[in-house]
Amino acid sequence: MPLFEYLLRLGDNGLILGHRVSEWCGHGPILEEDLALANVALDLLGQAKLWLGLAAEVEGAGRDADKLAFLRDTGEFRNALLVEQKNGDFAFTMVRQFFFDAWHYLALDALRASAEPRIAEIAAKAVKEVAYHLERSRDWMVRLGDGTDESHRRAQKAVTILWPFTGELFEADAVEQALIQSGVAADPAVLRQPWHDVVAATMDEATLTLPESQWMQRGGRTGRHTEHLGYLLAEMQFLQRAYPGATW
Amino acid sequence: MSEAATRPTVEQVWDWLRAVPDPEIPVISVVDLGIVREVRWEDDALVVAVTPTYSGCPANGVIALAIEGALLERGMPRVRLERRLSPPWTTDWMSAQGREQLRQFGIAPPPEATIPLSPLDRFARKPAPVACPRCGSADTARISAFGSTPCKAQYRCQACLEPFDHFKCI
Repeated sequence: MPLFEYLLRLGDNGLILGHRVSEWCGHGPILEEDLALANVALDLLGQAKLWLGLAAEVEGAGRDADKLAFLRDTGEFRNALLVEQKNGDFAFTMVRQFFFDAWHYLALDALRASAEPRIAEIAAKAVKEVAYHLERSRDWMVRLGDGTDESHRRAQKAVTILWPFTGELFEADAVEQALIQSGVAADPAVLRQPWHDVVAATMDEATLTLPESQWMQRGGRTGRHTEHLGYLLAEMQFLQRAYPGATW
Repeated sequence: MSEAATRPTVEQVWDWLRAVPDPEIPVISVVDLGIVREVRWEDDALVVAVTPTYSGCPANGVIALAIEGALLERGMPRVRLERRLSPPWTTDWMSAQGREQLRQFGIAPPPEATIPLSPLDRFARKPAPVACPRCGSADTARISAFGSTPCKAQYRCQACLEPFDHFKCI
């Protein structure tokens, strides 16, 4: 079911990145950043709940957002590989966030015009929150890249490592093609140039360099993940796996 | 007397809701916050449409409980809450009274009109000055766009040197 698959992709991006960012809670470099990281995680989890709730409704198989979040295995997750990458240091987390936020903002902005009204209304809500995420991660790119030698070195290393994970954000497969034709999905190919413009301008200001290689990783959206996702799910899903149906 | 004649008017219900505080920032009511979008009767059920502030705000659930509880306490037999996502909540819907209540509590209220969204515009513009809620000085600096709740940012007054929260514009 293409619509169900598409909603899983949107929801799983928020769920997995939200969980990753929440791992920083209590470990932020300064109090203000700890709060900011927790707030961004909270927004992403709230958005994921909306997307996965709609996915469950569309599927009509008696599942809900919680069941989709806690009772699927790695091969059933549809998030981009970028968001499941481990936190690394603060620079790595912020570069990952910036690459994602810039795509996320543009994708949600386009989805406000979706022919599926339930998608359009979630996008219109989420894009306002993500505008703040992007503003912050973009500020950090400049601060870290054009900061000390050490912060520059770490930010540049993160850019180089994470760059190959950005490609699949702009690829549309058969699942998305039909939905793009009917105006339900946003065409990721159309987002590529505006994304590149924002990223390139920011890298320039941050004195950081994008790798020249255009070789890209892919697989997240068809369930072929990096080794990191399994460990994340083991922690995130432990309680519902060990005590099925537990509530508190 | 028919049931329709004894049940309170929609205006009466709005008045009751004006006494329901936001659970996170209790100086402002859920109505002044602008999140109650509609009150209507459907047969014998009182329906209240509420829009969430932020998607993941933990207060969303507590707000729904507080509204439902307040109306049941007023003797309403059936209350149904409707989640309304669209149009999305904006701080433009906050009442003048709500803004003043925030300011008196020490939280700088959001500016009157929402700034149009565009990432590049946002990078280029300087954020509008936020007046210190304590001394009124416009000489303030943003410490972080994120604060102790999703709706707030952290600021510092350069004149009186006090840190303060700003209810950010969305």
